[in-house]
Formats: sequence, C-alpha cells, structure tokens
Amino acid sequence: MTLSQVSRRAALQVAGAASLLGLLRTPGHAAGGTTATVAYNVDLPSFDPTVGASAVNPTIQSIYQAIFDPYIAQAPDLSFKPGLLTTWGWNADRTKIKLVVRDGAVWHNGDPVTGEDVAWSLRRAGDPKSGNPIGFVWSSLGNVQAQGQTVTADVLHYDPTIFKWMAFLTGYILPKKYYSQVGADGFEKAPIGSGPYRVDAFERGSFLRLKANPAYWGGAPAYQTVVFKFVTDGSARVAEIESGSADVTLEVPYEEFDRLRAKPGLVGVATPISDIAMIFITDVGVMLDRNVRLATNHAINKQAIVDRLLHGYGVPIATLDAPGYAAYDPTITIAYDPPLARQLLAASGYSPDKPVRFNIQTTRGYKPKDYEMIQAIVGMWRAVGIQATIQVYEIAQHYELRARHALQPAAFYDWGNAIGDPTTSTGFAMEMHSPHSAWHQKALSDQMGPLWGEKDEARRIAGWKAVDRTIAAEGYVIPLLQYVQPILHRSDMAIVAQRNGMLLAQNFKPA
Amino acid sequence: MAWAAFSRRLLLVLPTLFGVMVVIFVLLRVIPGDPVAMMIPPGASVADVGRLRHSYGLDQPILAQFGQWCAAMLRGDFGRSISYRQGVAGLIAARLPATLELATLASLLALPLGAALAIAGVRLRGGAGEWAVDVVVAIGLAVPDFLWGLLLVLLLAVAWPVLPVSGRIDPRLDIPFATHFYLAESLLTGRMAVARDILAHMILPALALALPLAAGVARVLKASLADAERQDYAQLARARGFGRMRVLLGEALPNALVPTVALTGVQITFLLGGTVLIERIFAYDGIGNMAISAVINRDLPLIQGLVLVFAVLFIAVNLAADLLAASLDPRAADG
Repeated sequence: MTLSQVSRRAALQVAGAASLLGLLRTPGHAAGGTTATVAYNVDLPSFDPTVGASAVNPTIQSIYQAIFDPYIAQAPDLSFKPGLLTTWGWNADRTKIKLVVRDGAVWHNGDPVTGEDVAWSLRRAGDPKSGNPIGFVWSSLGNVQAQGQTVTADVLHYDPTIFKWMAFLTGYILPKKYYSQVGADGFEKAPIGSGPYRVDAFERGSFLRLKANPAYWGGAPAYQTVVFKFVTDGSARVAEIESGSADVTLEVPYEEFDRLRAKPGLVGVATPISDIAMIFITDVGVMLDRNVRLATNHAINKQAIVDRLLHGYGVPIATLDAPGYAAYDPTITIAYDPPLARQLLAASGYSPDKPVRFNIQTTRGYKPKDYEMIQAIVGMWRAVGIQATIQVYEIAQHYELRARHALQPAAFYDWGNAIGDPTTSTGFAMEMHSPHSAWHQKALSDQMGPLWGEKDEARRIAGWKAVDRTIAAEGYVIPLLQYVQPILHRSDMAIVAQRNGMLLAQNFKPA
Repeated sequence: MAWAAFSRRLLLVLPTLFGVMVVIFVLLRVIPGDPVAMMIPPGASVADVGRLRHSYGLDQPILAQFGQWCAAMLRGDFGRSISYRQGVAGLIAARLPATLELATLASLLALPLGAALAIAGVRLRGGAGEWAVDVVVAIGLAVPDFLWGLLLVLLLAVAWPVLPVSGRIDPRLDIPFATHFYLAESLLTGRMAVARDILAHMILPALALALPLAAGVARVLKASLADAERQDYAQLARARGFGRMRVLLGEALPNALVPTVALTGVQITFLLGGTVLIERIFAYDGIGNMAISAVINRDLPLIQGLVLVFAVLFIAVNLAADLLAASLDPRAADG
C-alpha cells in the first residue's frame, strides 16, 4: 500500500464523515428574530409556583414570573410596583388589609382575572393542606373575601413584610375556576396563568417553550417565542452561548464570562444581586470568645478575594444587609486589619505559634469559587494565628446540619434575599429560634423581638440597622461579599438585569 | 450455560433486588442531607419543619418507612417524587426510553468500532499499525466519558458547530409522539427529518459514551483474536491456503467473541452508569440526568426508584450477555 493510496483512503473517510455530519447538521444558531432561546441553569420540576420544593427555589422564579403574575411586581432595583394588584395596604390600625385587582387582566384561557381568584389564591396559600411551604406567612391573614375586584382580609397576626412576600416565593395568583376544574394533576399537565407568556410545549428535563400572551395587561412581550433550555452544567451553558445555540445564558464561570463578553456578537452584563456569600459562626467552643470571632472578621481581605478569585465580580459587605437592601447601612464597616486581629487573638492567648483551632465547612462548586474562597480565607487566618481545618460538605448536608444546630464553628453559605427586607436576611439568619440560624443568643434575639411586629416602617428599618451594628461589633457572623450575576446575550437583543437575580424573558427586547 | 444454571441466576434476581432496596433505603437515611431541610423556607419555625416532615412521612421510624415502601412497591406504587410532585413510576417511565435509546446508540457505535480496532490491531501485528491501534485504545481507556463529552462539544459544537450542544430534540419542532422512544418512533413512522434531528442531538453524548466502551471491547477482542489465531484450527486453515483475513474473521473471531461478549456485558453496565454524567453535560433528559437532580434535591422516593431501575438494567444486561455467550459457546450451553 503506497502513501498516496493511504492518503486517498483517509481523505475519502474524512469526506464521508464530514458528509454524515453534514446530513445531521442542524442550524447552529438559535432562531433569533421572534424567538429568544435561554440556556437556563436549573430544571423546572413543577409548574405550580405555590406548592412543593420548586416553589421555594429562588432560581426557578424567573420561569414562574413569565407564566404567572405575582400579586405585586418588583422593579429591577428591588422596589415594588403594581402588578395584578394595583393598590394594596393596611387600614389605620393594621388589623385589615385591602387589595385592588387590576381590571381587564385575563387568564391564558381568556377568562377574566377576578378578585375571587386573588382571594382563593390567598386562602389556598394559607391552608396547611395545600402544601405551600411558606403557608405560615399567608396564614397570618384570615377571613379573605372578595367583592368585585376588591379583596379584604383580617390580619390575624401582624407581619410588616406581608406585602413584600406578595412579590416573592409562592406569592402568585392562580386561576380558581380553571384549577378547580382540572385539579392539581391537570394543572401540572396544562398550566395557565395570567403572565406575559403561556406554556406552549414542555419537555421535562430538556426545555420549556413559551408563546407570547397577546392579551397581557402589561402589553405583549417583544419576543413571540421564548425557549428555556435546561442546561444545568456551566461548561455546557458556555458552549450553548458560544456556539450560538442559545441567545442568552447566565451563571457562567467569571473567567469564561470575561472571555466571551469580548467576542463580537456577544454582550456581557454583570450586576450585583440580592445573594451574598457569608460564613455562619456557631455558638460553640472557641467561637464563644468574642476576640476570636472579631479576629476571624478582621483578618479577611474581602476585596482581595473579589479581585483575585472572582475577577472583580463581587461587592465586599460588612453586614447581611447588602447594598440595595432596605436596611443597608454603609456606615457599618469591618476593617481588614491583620494587626488588630493579632492583637485580639493575643488578648485571648493565641498567636501564629499557638493558633486557635477550629473547623470550617464549605461547599465545593456550589457557588462560584466557594472552596477557593475558603482556602484563601484559611490562609489569611493562618497569618494571624487561626488554624482552621476545611471540611467539604454538600449543600443538602448544610441545610440539615443548620436545622439541627450542628454546624461546625464556621460554615460557608450563600444567602439569597430577593425582597431585600432585613427580616429575610439578618432576621432569619440570626434569630435563635429560626431553623436557619447558627448563632443562638437570647440577647440578640431580644433585640430583634419587637422588630418582627413593628408597625412604624422607619423605626423598623432603623431597628434592624441597629441589630446589624450589634452583630458587626460582636462578630456573630462573617459577611463576605455580594455576588455579581454574569449574564451573556446576543448583541442584537437587550435584557434588563434584575437585582433580585431573576432573568425575566418579558423584559427581553431586540436591540 | 445450561437452562438450569440460567434459571438459578434468574431466581437470584429477586433477592438481589431486595438487597439493593435495603441498602439504598438505609444509605439514604444514614448519610447526611435531609430533604425537608432542603425545603425549609426563610421564617419557618420548628413546628413548620415538623409539619413538613410529617407530610412526607419522614417522621416515622425507618423500619416503618421501609415497610410502607415495600408494601407500596408490591402494589406497583413507586411513591411520589418530592421535587416533581408526581408519581415516581410515571416520571421514570417517561425518561427511561431516552436513556435506553442513548445507551443503545452508544453500544451500536462502540461495538463495531471496537471490533474494527481489534481486527486492525491483530491484522497489523508487529508493526507501526499495531502500535497506533494500541495507542488509540489506550487513549480510549484512559480518557473518561465525561471528558470525551467536553472535548466533543468543543470540537463539534463550538469550534466547528455542526451538531447541537444539548437537549434531545430541537425545541422548535412541534411533533406529537405516542411513546417516549422518540428515535425509534420517528424511524418506524418514517419521519426521517425528525429522526435526523434526534440523531444529531444524540450523536455527541453517544460518542462520548461509546469511545471508552469501544476501547474496552478492542482490548479484550484483540487479545482473544491473537490467542485464537495461534490455535491449531486457525493454523490448519492457514495451512490449507485461506487468507489471513478470512481465517481471522471466519475461524478466530467466533471463538474470540465468547470472552468478549461476557466482558462487554460488564462494560455496558459501566456505560449505563456513565449516562448519569453524560446526560447532565448534554442536558439530555434521560434517567441519568434525573438521578443527579434527585440527589441534589434529596428526593428520596425518586432516588430509590432510579437506583432500582438501574439495578434492574444492570442485571438484565448481564443476564443477556451470559445468554449470548452461552449461545456462542456450546460448552457453556452444555453446562
């Protein structure tokens, strides 16, 4: 066999393979034009946005908000604005609430959205049998009644955040008549909402195809079709956007984000969102020593972590209320001060030669650079006299350990707070009776106590700022940074970045 | 394998499955990661957590939970998924065909490729050709399937974008399917354009799964072929003037297939296990992808159902391989 024969045969084989691939070739680019394809980072297990585990998964809310309307809408800056409810509020003594439902809104099947739909949705949400995971929020309302487009309810126990919840988890209005006709299983098979898009096709675990709702009260969205492809692997999402198979994607590694945003035809948007990285401190062992807690705080160079590990995509924070939250107080600071950390440790008899020792738990790969961040922090701690041993755990283990108050002295976590209220950040993370807290201290909980039912909003927010100041002064927790969400999209379209981390298809527009 | 021996193997299936049930049930409840803890929203009190735990029956003793699960299984009820809020059996039935089609295509790609490599290696023995085949086989064995997946995506979906990155079918297609065997149904009903689209989506994950399997088959078959070629019957055939390829394919190959088939059964079970990661990377909606979601969400009923299905598949593949090996080897059939 001669070389020329081999070459000819090889060439034929290559040509054959190429023609086979050519036969299979599908259009490389997403449809463009009237269709927007999103390579999305989570699957959609269930359509009902008010029950089950999906209902409390913040990442799925972007999809829910394309199909369903929340009671109250949220602007990109976390402020609240009219949605299906045009007005809402308490009476003077805050014993009743009154909601007014928008006229002219219709369900995807053409039925009008009524006050009774809203009343039924609220009653159902508060019914323990419905399976709403945050039914305890909605059960603070009773005697929910509708008269025309006006809905009233009694306040059974006052919750100053009830209207904020109406823009967040499980705060959606569902169609009473349709749901009653088809039942829970029928609704899962053929869900309808009043949102800007209706469900057109659903391939479980693969994609969801939505069609624009021309009768949407807020006007038909710009793209006729939106496809959410469920691409849970980060590298696959990079490939999706780079190959042109998707028009939009999010949550890609920052180094890939920087590489791809520099490519022609792609635009990168990076926005700080209501999601923070933090280290829980548990009230055990050496952490009962205030000097140790404060030293762990002052020894961390958060800006260096943001710059070197996160490519600059992050905002260092000093409290669990990040910039943009209702109780954010820029005057509360925790200085990066290694000499102070050494001084504090020395006061308790510790030094680099005789370090204080404890374990720190972290996830690995759950959030961007989580493990690497903790490695860096452990290195910073070592320099001042803190010897921390890293234990890697899964996020499911974290939840279980935290609920049992069995976390190690330090434990990395990310805390989301899409409504930006201090109760859903500092409150639930630090209140000793909350299953989410790690630092259990009566004095701190007593300081928070009156704030849960405070009716004067200014006093309430000021009170939470004071709690944050106490926490910073005592080092009860280690706030690290506010995450920045990377979104990549085609340059011929425009998107609106939301500080609550949602990627709302109804806000996509051709550029 | 005598029928008696095969029957004995068949009888062992039930105790094996029961053992799998016990192990997976206990493991899931011993390892940390409480499904209810995953679902606790901000603001939930301890009483709220208790109510949630009660609603999923997770507040009962493990033995009671296991008994209820077994009793339900006997009625054909696999339980209800916590995350999907649907029956586990229905969920698996909808996704299993995708995995079966993918595994079948991967096997169909791997077996001829492995056989071709093995035959080429033996045919070119002693020269650079054999060395090249050995290097290819070594690379195929050394590189894990998920890495093949990423490399294939980079090559054929990004650098030279001729194939889709992810999914099972183009979301723009609006095709009603009567079954969940999309590829088989499209081929049988003559919808070739749809079949082509589905194949385009399957080819990269199937190749990623196929390459390590092909390498494994090639290594075993090459050694078996070389051994068979040294046997008297092969030498005799050569002495009678048959060409080397004819002896290889006509005399050595049937004998070399017996150990290869037995080992291929084991390799295909690895391939099935490999679908878990590969389906995740390619966002392919089979039971492998679903298994990862179930584990992340600590969806205990779904994990239990999926593990059982994987166990049944593993047992079925091994039994089939044993049967095939027996049919190829009369000595084994005689017991």
